[in-house]
Amino acid sequence: MSKAAEAENPVDIAAGRLSAAQYAENFSDVAPPLDRNSAVTEANRCLFCFDAPCIEACLTSIDIPVFIKKISTDNVKGAATTILSANIMGGSCSRVCPVEELCEEACVRNTQSGQPIKIGQLQRYATDHLYSRKDAQVFTRKPATGKKIAIVGAGPAGLSCAHGLAREGHNVTIFEARPKAGGLNEYGIAAYKVAGNFAQRETDFILAIGGIEIKNGQALGQQITLSQLRKDYDAVFLGMGMKGVNALGLEAENLQGVENAVDYIEKLRQAKDLGKLPVGRHVVVIGGGNTAIDIAIQTKRLGAEYVTLVYRRGAGEMSATHHEQEFAQTNGVTIKHWAQPKKLIGFQGHVTGVEFEYTQLDANGKLMGTGDTFSIPADMVFKAIGQTFVATPLKEQGRDLLQLTKKGRIAVNEDGQTSLPGVWAGGDCTEGQDLTVAAVEDGKIAAIAINRALKEKK
Amino acid sequence: MADITCKIAGVTSPNPFWLASAPPTDKEYNVVRAVEAGWGGVVWKTLGEEGPPVVNVSSRYGAINYGGNKMAGLNNIELITDRPLDVNLKEIERVKKNWPDRALIVSLMVPCEEQSWQKILKRVETTGCDGVELNFGCPHGMSERGMGSAVGQVPEYIKQVTEWCKKYTKMPVFVKLTPNITNILHPARAAVSGGADAVSLINTINSITSVNLDLMAPEPVVNGIGAHGGYCGPAVKPIALCMVGEIARDPDCKKIPISGIGGISTWRDAAEFISLGAGSVQVCTAAMHYGFKIIDDLTDGLSNWMDEKGYQTLDDFRGKAVPNYKNWQDLDMNYDIKAVIDQDKCIQCGLCHIVCEDTSHQAVKAERLGDTRRYTVIDEECVGCNLCMLACPVDTCITMKRVDNGKPYLTWPNDPRNAANMKKA
Ligand SMILES: Cc1cc2nc3c(=O)[nH]c(=O)nc-3n(C[C@H](O)[C@H](O)[C@H](O)COP(=O)(O)OP(=O)(O)OC[C@H]3O[C@@H](n4cnc5c(N)ncnc54)[C@H](O)[C@@H]3O)c2cc1C
Ligand SMILES: Cc1cc2nc3c(=O)[nH]c(=O)nc-3n(C[C@H](O)[C@H](O)[C@H](O)COP(=O)(O)O)c2cc1C
Repeated sequence: MSKAAEAENPVDIAAGRLSAAQYAENFSDVAPPLDRNSAVTEANRCLFCFDAPCIEACLTSIDIPVFIKKISTDNVKGAATTILSANIMGGSCSRVCPVEELCEEACVRNTQSGQPIKIGQLQRYATDHLYSRKDAQVFTRKPATGKKIAIVGAGPAGLSCAHGLAREGHNVTIFEARPKAGGLNEYGIAAYKVAGNFAQRETDFILAIGGIEIKNGQALGQQITLSQLRKDYDAVFLGMGMKGVNALGLEAENLQGVENAVDYIEKLRQAKDLGKLPVGRHVVVIGGGNTAIDIAIQTKRLGAEYVTLVYRRGAGEMSATHHEQEFAQTNGVTIKHWAQPKKLIGFQGHVTGVEFEYTQLDANGKLMGTGDTFSIPADMVFKAIGQTFVATPLKEQGRDLLQLTKKGRIAVNEDGQTSLPGVWAGGDCTEGQDLTVAAVEDGKIAAIAINRALKEKK
Repeated sequence: MADITCKIAGVTSPNPFWLASAPPTDKEYNVVRAVEAGWGGVVWKTLGEEGPPVVNVSSRYGAINYGGNKMAGLNNIELITDRPLDVNLKEIERVKKNWPDRALIVSLMVPCEEQSWQKILKRVETTGCDGVELNFGCPHGMSERGMGSAVGQVPEYIKQVTEWCKKYTKMPVFVKLTPNITNILHPARAAVSGGADAVSLINTINSITSVNLDLMAPEPVVNGIGAHGGYCGPAVKPIALCMVGEIARDPDCKKIPISGIGGISTWRDAAEFISLGAGSVQVCTAAMHYGFKIIDDLTDGLSNWMDEKGYQTLDDFRGKAVPNYKNWQDLDMNYDIKAVIDQDKCIQCGLCHIVCEDTSHQAVKAERLGDTRRYTVIDEECVGCNLCMLACPVDTCITMKRVDNGKPYLTWPNDPRNAANMKKA
């Protein structure tokens, strides 16, 4: 590269944009924990509703009024037990659940006083308390059954299923492609939501029940096959999440600086020193879900100066919650609606900007470009327009071993059972809401079904 | 996990939590819901004689709301059961048969005549219930008919009726005491000398919860007029605890088993009653406020607390606070504590200062350092009364620290400052 060209190179990607103290602050807990005084005061606001709408809104049906009552009487261990009995990842759910669309939205206090009970924060108070205790183990394992179950994927779905089965006395082996357990809790969720190595602490708690072995670096379709697992184990549960990422479908998508949001987040989550993680001065994020919001906020907090999130429809259509959108904006992210990417602009193989076209709905409600364009400079462009399930590990001899849905995910019945006898699945690799809490519920339901099936078998 | 099974006066239950005789135990439907939810036992809503109907008025309850909390105290003007005796007895028999492990006590109130008690006991015995509770406590409606607290306020009647009951039944006899007396020991000792197997207390307290200032009548207003009712709920707990403690430590009460009642809403309340000597505890208002599901926290909270303290059974801590419940003249005159304000926790509301300044000992200094308000204790003035700590809204911001003055335990009777001792000297 000539001296002149180097001088003209507009790309500005650099590490260490902030001081160590700023990184620490930006990636610490977004919502600091409640102390006892605030927790008890808040708990006393709960009306202890009958047939409580919050329970119905919780995908794992935690008995919320009961656990809150227990907080109000300082029976905090009891509160945590109530939570974890319904949702073994109640700790991470208290941090990552979009409560404003789930339990807290359903809270009757919204109608009565415009202020829901802070259910998420109270749940965190209770579970944090339990994890800090020496006698934190509140579950017991039933006598060993001698049954063996293989689980693929140590994400929320897999871990929840494993815990449910281990409690019943079965032996579980989890095959996990990555070096660490936790799934997206460890590799994907925004760092400031699960600060302080929480994902690992929670995984350790789940494993402490005993009877669960995790084999890392074991990927289905590579080191292991489904047929072999079916032979070697009494049942199989697939909780593989979604590996694929949707492409923009533009030319030059392989320009340097154009990345999948989830890949970058993974690097961020695993970085030992955030000061060594390079980030652009100008960042453009394409997408409208929580992944888009998360990458936008996190690059901003890494020191990117201009972060623009561009979504092809309006604020109301974004799958990111209103709360998340607002949070991005308070973090200094510019959200631009009604525009779709047309062209990636590059310089010497590196992206330098994106050209967008404004969009609108036509008379039939179909999205169309207006022809009007604009461009935004970008040192980095993040694709966050959705993940997909990759079914290749389930193919053997060129054919799918089990049935997929139209959307390409594993087809299951209400018990999580797949079309293949002895194989269950749940979490993001099946249909349903792509949320941690949904994956935990799937794992829980499948564990109940597998346990029942194994009992019936003998 | 702690064992919270309960045994009192020969009656056992899987946990010490019973529903008190009141609307929650009025009929099979409620009682079955309660035992299904996990309650350890019930005292059936008070039964009366066969015959003249009991009729209730409309508008029956009044309540005290305090600081935004509903039903800190509840008051009622209801009577004993208004359902026919034989219907109740049939239901009681069925419940006991279907739920043999739960305590089922039948509360009774009939006129103060020997045959009345003989007659009803005979009928109740056929149900297979675990015991009877003599309701000498209801302060309204029934006392005007010579029953309830009209009996409970006369120790001789209590003794007499208890003796009749012991004569006519082998079932354990619980005597339920009214708090509407000056000294709870008189009725309690009467029950003991009458041969009671246990006492239950407290029933409700005479009360007017509020006056409707538009209608100029006490609540609950019945067509423009109100009557006094019986007060219960969290507000009465301190009164009940004191009466339970009095009986537990009284030698003449001979360690009679106690079923503690009055304002019990949490596992902690229950633990307090048991530590002051109660065998089982009974709950009414808390259930009437939230429904039967509160039993979950009551049992789980009690058992978690026991685990934490290393108590394996209820007997491990039952009555443990009784030896420490003494009278004023037994207290240590040399014990010295002073308030300490944690400046890091202080939110600068100034309540500690103003309560001390206006109503106590002017021992909390208020200063302004620019914009900062600073409150500090003047040790020489602090008498260790606790008021600032009690008024402080922040948990553990103000604590009372002991001053180690090296002085021995000294009671007032032995204190040289006592005038009696000065004369001696
Ligand atoms: C960026 C981002 C942010 C999110 N934020 C939130 C949030 O704030 N709140 C929320 O509720 N949800 C959030 N989600 C969604 C949530 O993380 C997922 O719904 C949840 O993790 C799904 O759990 P799972 O167990 O199904 O899958 P995953 O968590 O994806 O776990 C799957 C596991 O399987 C392993 N695996 C995959 N393929 C194989 C194979 N072939 N062999 C062996 N192992 C394999 C993976 O390595 C992984 O460990 C977010 C998702 C993303 C991507
Ligand atoms: C509406 C109502 C009706 C009651 N009826 C009876 C009764 O029939 N017999 C009785 O012994 N006590 C009766 N009580 C008193 C309760 O059993 C109990 O002693 C009292 O309420 C104190 O307990 P608590 O503070 O938990 O409510 C009644 C209480 C209420 C609120």
